[in-house]
Amino acid sequence: MNKKSHAKTSRTRLSLELRRGRSALLSAVLLAFMCSSSPIFAGEGKLVATAGLSQVEGAGGGGLAPWATLAGYDSRDEISLVVSSSQANVDDFRLNVWGIAASFYDRVELSFAQQTFDLTTSPTGGDIRQNIFGIKARLYGDVIYSDWPQLAVGLQHKTLLDESVAQAVGAKKSDRGTDLYLAATKVHLGLVYGYNFVWNLALRATKANEMGLLGFGGVENNSYEFMAEASAGLLLSEHLAIGLEYRQKPDNLGLKEDDWKDAFISYIPNKHMSLTLAWAELGTIAGAKDQNGWYLGLNASL
Amino acid sequence: MKFRGHKVFASLQACLLIFLSLLLITGCVSRQVSLYEQIGGEQKVVQIADYFIDEIQYDRQILSYFMDSDIDRFREKLSEHICVHIGGPCTYTGDDMVKVHTGMNITEADFNRVVELLINAMNRAEVPHRLQNQVLARFAPMRGEMIYR
Repeated sequence: MNKKSHAKTSRTRLSLELRRGRSALLSAVLLAFMCSSSPIFAGEGKLVATAGLSQVEGAGGGGLAPWATLAGYDSRDEISLVVSSSQANVDDFRLNVWGIAASFYDRVELSFAQQTFDLTTSPTGGDIRQNIFGIKARLYGDVIYSDWPQLAVGLQHKTLLDESVAQAVGAKKSDRGTDLYLAATKVHLGLVYGYNFVWNLALRATKANEMGLLGFGGVENNSYEFMAEASAGLLLSEHLAIGLEYRQKPDNLGLKEDDWKDAFISYIPNKHMSLTLAWAELGTIAGAKDQNGWYLGLNASL
Repeated sequence: MKFRGHKVFASLQACLLIFLSLLLITGCVSRQVSLYEQIGGEQKVVQIADYFIDEIQYDRQILSYFMDSDIDRFREKLSEHICVHIGGPCTYTGDDMVKVHTGMNITEADFNRVVELLINAMNRAEVPHRLQNQVLARFAPMRGEMIYR
């Protein structure tokens, strides 16, 4: 399909889309928080706070999606280092992540993350651990200053340390897999009622089931598919950001794997740390329905 | 490779919806009053320029760029420049941004630092956060004319 027909279909289907529950809810929430934007939030804010956070696979980004921004605040003459840790607690599972990312001259980012996925309510218990090596290169632009969005391309190579669950659910490959993505991110200064608005759109080619924790490929599908990941946020001051994220996921195993979404609030007291709290709705994971819960993420950068 | 178009559509449409909502909201805000007036006019612009120069004087790294500058001239041209770009009734009588910054070889890191000093200055002048963002939005496109020249 070509892009033009996409755009046309999008437009013609927009009115229909408006009636659909999910989008209506999304816009209602968005409208609600934008309309309530009052000078109460107009604190002693500065600009910046645009380095983003660390996403759940260790790359610089939002909580779920990789962004085109690189981890840390480095300019083209500097190097930065970020360590991150996060935990998501949903009904039947817990995901712990720690990661480290280095960004060189605002051009290349190298990252490593280890995920530990706990089956908290399973009688047999057990952990699934996965290592993720990432590399990301900025292709174009500056998230604030260029006319067009900042663009980056990235790769995430995942090695699953505990393969038994992946094998049990029928993954075609249970040892390793690689995702490729292209991300576009832009900060619009003062766009929304004077507040800075940031958005990100990433397109990921992947075979991973639940990010790879349940292996790669399956009976329903064993080829790479494109998944869209989107984030939108509002900087209420230099120190406070709120936003929404959406991450589309494949269903290779036929276990009704759901897309992920969250609403987040981030506190960024300075350039050396950030704290993020999010409400995450992860849907069905490995057959367990309605996995909702809280996410807490901490970032420290040099 | 397969392309799961319908699902990608849903996400893109959600994004589009967010954008349209934003445009709607921003469109509702009155554009009648200039940023210059909202900020507080000439007095506030002069105050921002004064605080900005003060901030520069306490920053050794940035001050090094101003060693050969005539501060009084800089204050005057800077005030005019700010005034003009936020919709004030002024005329800018200085040189263009490329000419002013050529030979200084300002790094990206130092540029970002100067933006922070400007923000400090606006904070000291008690310019609200939302107006600060809009001021920065007017000057952001000039970055290419200022760095590495």
